[in-house]
This record gives sequence, C-alpha cells and structure tokens, in this order.
Amino acid sequence: MRWKAAEYSGWGRALWARGEVARPERQRSLDQVFAEGIVPAQGMRRSYGDASLNDKGRMVDMTRLDRMLGFDPGTGILDVEAGARIGTIASAFAPRGWLPAVMPGTGFATVGGCIAQDVHGKNHHVAGSFCQHVVSMELRQADGRTVTLTADATPDLFRATAGGLGQTGVITSARLRLLPCKGDIMMVTERRVEGWDEHLALLDASTATYTVGWIDATARGKGLGRGILEEGETNSGLVPRREKFRKVPFTAPRFALSKPIVRAFNEAYFRRVPHTGRTVVRPIGDFFFPLDKIHDWNKLYGKHGFHQFQCVMPLAAAPALRALLETIANSGLASPLAVLKRMSEGRAGHLSFPMEGYTLAVDFPNRAEARELIKRLEDMTIAAGGRIYFAKDSLARGADVRAMYPEHQDWLRLVTRADPDQRLATDMIRRLKLRSIA
Amino acid sequence: MTNTWIILGATSSMARAFARKVASRGDGVLLAGRDSEDLAALAGDCHLRGARMAEAVAFDARDPSGFAILIDRVKAEDGMISAAVFVGSMPDQALIDADPALIDGTVTDSFTGPARFLHLLAPEMERRGGGTVVGVASVAGDRGRIGNYVYGAAKAGFATYLSGLRNRLTRAGGHVVTIKPGFVDTAMTWGLPGLFLVASPEKVADDIARAVAKRKNVIYTPFFWRYIMLIIIHIPEFIFKKMKI
Repeated sequence: MRWKAAEYSGWGRALWARGEVARPERQRSLDQVFAEGIVPAQGMRRSYGDASLNDKGRMVDMTRLDRMLGFDPGTGILDVEAGARIGTIASAFAPRGWLPAVMPGTGFATVGGCIAQDVHGKNHHVAGSFCQHVVSMELRQADGRTVTLTADATPDLFRATAGGLGQTGVITSARLRLLPCKGDIMMVTERRVEGWDEHLALLDASTATYTVGWIDATARGKGLGRGILEEGETNSGLVPRREKFRKVPFTAPRFALSKPIVRAFNEAYFRRVPHTGRTVVRPIGDFFFPLDKIHDWNKLYGKHGFHQFQCVMPLAAAPALRALLETIANSGLASPLAVLKRMSEGRAGHLSFPMEGYTLAVDFPNRAEARELIKRLEDMTIAAGGRIYFAKDSLARGADVRAMYPEHQDWLRLVTRADPDQRLATDMIRRLKLRSIA
Repeated sequence: MTNTWIILGATSSMARAFARKVASRGDGVLLAGRDSEDLAALAGDCHLRGARMAEAVAFDARDPSGFAILIDRVKAEDGMISAAVFVGSMPDQALIDADPALIDGTVTDSFTGPARFLHLLAPEMERRGGGTVVGVASVAGDRGRIGNYVYGAAKAGFATYLSGLRNRLTRAGGHVVTIKPGFVDTAMTWGLPGLFLVASPEKVADDIARAVAKRKNVIYTPFFWRYIMLIIIHIPEFIFKKMKI
C-alpha cells in the first residue's frame, strides 16, 4: 500500500494537518493498510474543524470504498460501504421511492462520517438522528477483529460508535433503513419571517416533514431573527428547473465576504421570496444540499478559512438563544448562511449532538474578532445548558465541551477498552482532550 | 435495443466510474477481472444504480485459456455487445530495469492479452452489426520516455491495434474509440510525485461516454493532453533524447 504525504484540512480550511494518507480502492487493500496497524479513518472531510485530521500521523481515506452492496425493497434496508456519499444514495434511490432517512446539509458526506458524527437533517424533528436508522454496522477494531454492531445485540459499543468520532474502530460498511418517499423532487414552500418570535413560532407549528429556517444574522433590532422558513415534502411527476454545477476556481480575496457584501446578499436573499410566500418545485439535491452546487464554496472565505459555530439550546432556553443571536448580529461578523432549526431529542450515541430544542449554525471568517466572539458564544451556550457540535467545532476548549456531554465518561470507558493505545485518536480528540482520563 | 458492456479490468477506478455511468443508463454490465470479491461488490453497486444486469466474471489477461468461456458468456446476452478495456500494468521502470522479464507481463497486461480477447469478440460484433469497443491507451504511448517506456510501448502497441480494429469494425457498423488519459487520480498514481492536472476517474468516465455517443475515434482526457502531447511529439529527437520529462 502506497502512503501519500499529504497536507489537508477540514472543510473550514482553518485547521490543517500534515501526514501520510492511504486510499484503498478495495477491501483487500484496506486489509493491507490495517496489516501495518489500525489508523483513524477519514471520509470527504466535510467536518469543519479537525475531526478528520491526524497531524504527524497516518490516516486511511475511505472515499473509494463506496459501493452500494445490496438492497431489500421489502424492508428498505440498504447495505453500503462506509465511503459512499449520502447524495449518491439519494439520487440513485429517490426515483424508486426511497431516501436515506436522515441527510445532512451536504450530499458529499460519507456514510461513515454521518455515523461518526451521528448527523441530523432538516427532518430531525420527525426522524431523529442518522444512527437511529442504522440497522447494523461493520466495525474494524484496533485489535484487528471486525465486529457487527447493532443497537440491540451490542448496545454499548453501538452507542459509543454512533457519533463517536471514529474512536471505537473504523466503520467499513453499514446497513441503513431507508425511508419511503414520493419521488425525486421537492415541493418547497418558502415564507418570509419578519423576526425572532415569529421564526420560533413557525418552526414550532410546522407540520412539514422537512423544515429549516434561514436567518439573516446581520439583521438587528426589530429585524433580529428575520429570515425565510422553508418547508419541503417529496413528490414526483413535476419538472423542476435544473441548474448547472459551478465551481469556485480559486481562493477568494478577503473582501469577498466583507460586511457590506454580506448585508447586500442577505437583503437580496430575503427579498427573493415574495412577501406573500411561494411554493416552488426543486430537484431533491437543491433542497437538501443547496451549497453542493457550488463546488469548493469553502474557498470563498479566502486563504485563512472560516469557522462555523453551531449550538443547540433546550426549548426553555429560547431567550438565551435570542441573546446569542443578538450578540452575533451586533458583532457584524456573520456570514450569509445562518440556519435555525427545531430539534427533537432523537440521538443514538453518548456523544450525539441533538437535544430537544433549537439549533443555530452561523459561519464566521477565521479572524481574531470572530474567534473571540465564538468563545463568548460558547460560554453563553454552556450557561444555558446547550451544547456545541463536533462536526463543526474547531475552537472549543476540552473542559467546556466535556461539560456539555454528560455521557462522556460512559463513552470514554468503552473507547478506552476498544482502543487502549489511542491509535485512533485524531487532532480533535487531542485538542478537546476527549480521551484523557479526567 | 439492449446494450451489454463487457468491461475488462473492472476493478480499476476508471473502469468503476465508467461501469456506474452505463449502469445508471440501464445497460447490462459484465465486470471482468481477477478480484472476484471486489467485482461482486461492484456488480451489486451497478445493479442498484439501474443496470439491467450486472455480473462479475473472471478475466486474467495472462491466461488466454479462460477467454473462450468469457466469450460464450458474452454471446449469451441478446442485443448489442460493447467492450471496454481498462486492463494494463505499470511496474516501476526501475523494477523492470532490474528484472527485464517484467516486460513480458507488462506487454501481456496492457496489449496482447486484451488484443487477443478483442480478436475473439470481433466476429460476434460483426455478426450483430454494431457495438462499440472502448480501448484505454495512454499518453505514455505517444512517445517513449525514460521514466516508463516499457509501459508506453505496450500502450502504443495497443493503440495501433485499436486503430486497425476500428478500420475493421467500421465496415460492419461497429466502432472503436481510443482513449488516451493523462494523469488520473487512481490507486496507480496515488502518492506519486510530480503529477499535475490530475483528473478524477468520474471526469474520465464522462469523457469516455461522450466520445462513445459522438463516435469519436481518438480522444485525450482531459482534452488539453492533446495539446501537451502535440508539443511533446514535436520536440526534435536530438533534443528529446537528452530530456527527462
């Protein structure tokens, strides 16, 4: 197996690692990689921070082990290799009336990555998290054995692996329960929302399967929390407008996302939807993975990259979330795409992100002021009993994060048993000291 | 009319991308190679992407005794038959320099093995009056260079063979497309130093499918390799022989 000396980053391009990466294209080559000892796995590196980085160490890139192996139309269960992209599964199955039960905001995320972060989608309020739909998974462990995990037969290891940041072993394949859908297009109803209270009320009252709120995080005062509520249902037989893929060809200069440009963009984005609202027909990919059409959009943030802050707050802490948004709006540092969603309690692992409440995600360019701000936002999140998301984080401090995840000690006990020599530790694990015995 | 592709060397990432592409159009695929476990996984994948039929079959370029069975299997499919050849091997030139016997295997894998197979298939394609042969040659075959001239020579031989086969099958309504990829992001090139403008296997597969649809004769993929090679071909030999590129 050839190892490539690589310099690579997470999606935020703020944190980088140097190390050797192998990329097997078949199971047999994967065996060769592990014959030299297990190494942590990475997928498409769509986690924003350092969850998929291993500086000065080795990693195995799973993206070429991406076959859909079998499907049972009677049960809707798909057997798939860990490197397969969610968007690929969606586009292959939606025309036949099936969709992955949970899809994150990018179709480029791999099945393995979705498991390791126990991701959620625009339907979390009805469907729960990704791993709640994982029937079983194959896990290659540090001792060389491959075990099959299910929530019933191996509840401990399953819970430690779901959202477990790859620390129990390398996920090589999984069986996913797909959900029936009407077809491969979406009927999307878009409505302007004038402010914070209305936004929460609409999210609470929404009966749609897929619901997401876009927030203009630059709007202040009366307009705080204004945005657009999108509600979607799958459908078939309608013809959407197909749009071309675009690519960001180079790393953008700093002014590309400067304050006036972001404000103008947000204003235009808000006005795009008529004040009476509208219902449009979209290809499923456009609805679920809106930014995937612009390849490498992360380069828009320039060579220093960016950070995404995402937290979830309990329902009762809605006022604290409002105060948090106010802090962001007053800072004038936010980027165009901020997202607000209602979450249910659905989660499958010790370190899974979701809790019943509201989740807010905001991008910031990687600048000193933004890093300071994110630190304040984290403090506000802890004080309100919320938590931040490992898939997005690149700045948090270990003690804070461990306090947000009450089951951390349970996870640590199982992970220590599964990988006693910490051979699967990544940059994120070391930065947040997630595997240090406190 | 149904179309069935026999894909030789189907475990390679370029072949995988191409198989998926034709599978999603509903074509049948016979996935030929040596790693039957891997081919079975790919067959499942092609099937789920919409292939009318997807099956793993055994093919070893160095074992022509197995070709007849494979030809029979291909003949069992109705409709049009097409073939895509992705086989080839590129041992490090230094290894070949140390053990010249490696030349035989390289030439068999990259040229004579697939050529013998295509020669057995050609009469059936003529009988059915159509179908396409996709043959993957290489820019390395356009001019012998110190870095990999054995592989280059084998691919040059294969390209010349494809040119002749095109001449033959055209008369029967068939077609042959010669593909000359530049650097492609595969297991073969992973981690090699000095590569530039590396294309994804999916991009190459798209180019191949387009070339098949438009009945192109010889394509470079990505397209700009045509111009890079045009320059390299025209460097006078008395200069070229001193260069290391």
